[in-house]
Amino acid sequence: MSRPDEKPPRPPEKIRLADHRTSLVKVERRLLLRSALSLGALSMLAGCDLQDNDSVDKALWAMSRWNDRVQALLFRSDKLAPTYAASQITNPFPFNAFYDQASAPDIDPADWRLEVSGMVSDKRPWTLERLRTLPQAAQITRHICIEGWSAIGQWSGVPLRLFLQAIGTDLSAKYVGFKCADRYYSSLDMPTALHPQTILALDFGKEPLPTEYGFPLKVRVPTKLGFKNPKHVAAIFVTNQNPGGYWEDQGYNWFSGI
Amino acid sequence: MSGKLALHPMAVRIAHWLNAFAIGCMLTSGWGIYNASPIFGFRFPAWMTLGGWLGGSIAWHFAAMWLLVANGLFYLGYGAASGHFRRRLLPLRARDVVADAASALRFRLPHHPGAYNAVQKLLYWGVMLLGSIVVLSGLAIWKPVQLEPLCDFFGGFDFARKVHFTAMAGIAAFVVVHLALVAIVPKTLLPMLVGRGHTEGNAQ
Repeated sequence: MSRPDEKPPRPPEKIRLADHRTSLVKVERRLLLRSALSLGALSMLAGCDLQDNDSVDKALWAMSRWNDRVQALLFRSDKLAPTYAASQITNPFPFNAFYDQASAPDIDPADWRLEVSGMVSDKRPWTLERLRTLPQAAQITRHICIEGWSAIGQWSGVPLRLFLQAIGTDLSAKYVGFKCADRYYSSLDMPTALHPQTILALDFGKEPLPTEYGFPLKVRVPTKLGFKNPKHVAAIFVTNQNPGGYWEDQGYNWFSGI
Repeated sequence: MSGKLALHPMAVRIAHWLNAFAIGCMLTSGWGIYNASPIFGFRFPAWMTLGGWLGGSIAWHFAAMWLLVANGLFYLGYGAASGHFRRRLLPLRARDVVADAASALRFRLPHHPGAYNAVQKLLYWGVMLLGSIVVLSGLAIWKPVQLEPLCDFFGGFDFARKVHFTAMAGIAAFVVVHLALVAIVPKTLLPMLVGRGHTEGNAQ
């Protein structure tokens, strides 16, 4: 969920998770920093952009995985994101996606189902009505985009922890993945998924989520950067294999906690 | 008076060049990040940025930050423990700064190898202060939730970005002056590489 007024710098179709997974695993085993450490090399490094799989890019990917681990240690399950007064809500709230606003998916709520799979005991899909029967929580929090801008919004919906418990999730699993109706995808570490402010948002402000903000379901995670808050969620799965994400697989840091 | 003089200890030279590399990476990748959502009415030219796109710039920034901070802590620890700061950067008196600044502006400030004038001392303390501010404000905007009190100290997320930018601008200005002085007095470059320099002669 980035780049409000620019196209992605690389055509996303060219980048596949499978292509990066092997290199990610490889670079995690060897920290290749040696070629990067000289001042004279600085000008030659400008082309190293995480897309070429050369040794400097491998070092950058390895540092990003190191930063994942550091951030997981910094994360505190009981540390709440600051909340704000209704008068501080940003209006209008910025639209942001890897496509323009007119291309946001049009979803018929009657046909929509939330698919559930992976390390859970109850894999029955969920309707919107059934999600509304679960306890709801509201928050007014700051959405911080990786680009640097921020905006305060109000979301409410089902705490993800409650939902994961309702579907009998193996809470010892490492990751919760999300697939979206707009081809977007992302994932969370389990401690963040269980954080009290991580919610399956159904409402924005006092109304059901508008199309541009992720109708009918958006994951709201105020302890992560904006691109870790997927919209138009269609499927949730629990796994021990890192599912990556749309931007994460192109080089955004996976953990991206704030 | 002439002869060889040990000017820069090995620890300072290593820290200097690691810092030069880290600062170069942090400035240019930071400009790339800034360009994704400018807080002032301009963008940096793409050729000045490192990383090629936002994801690349951020990867560089969050990799080089470890070198910057580890090396910076090493340098501060060495400078305080070894007496380097006390010998080279102290005492610092306001009237010396005024006098040396006046001479420097008339291009009449002599360069004495191995001794910093009062303006240099002030600038080195100043850039260390800016370095501390840029790191702390950077931590504040990296972790505004986990480090909420630090973010509040810098006036909240949006203001902390401006603090981070302003401290960066001060450091960039220091680098420009620093490089300009090396260009004016090029014999200062070799001692930072090999540690030793000639004592004879004073350049202006």
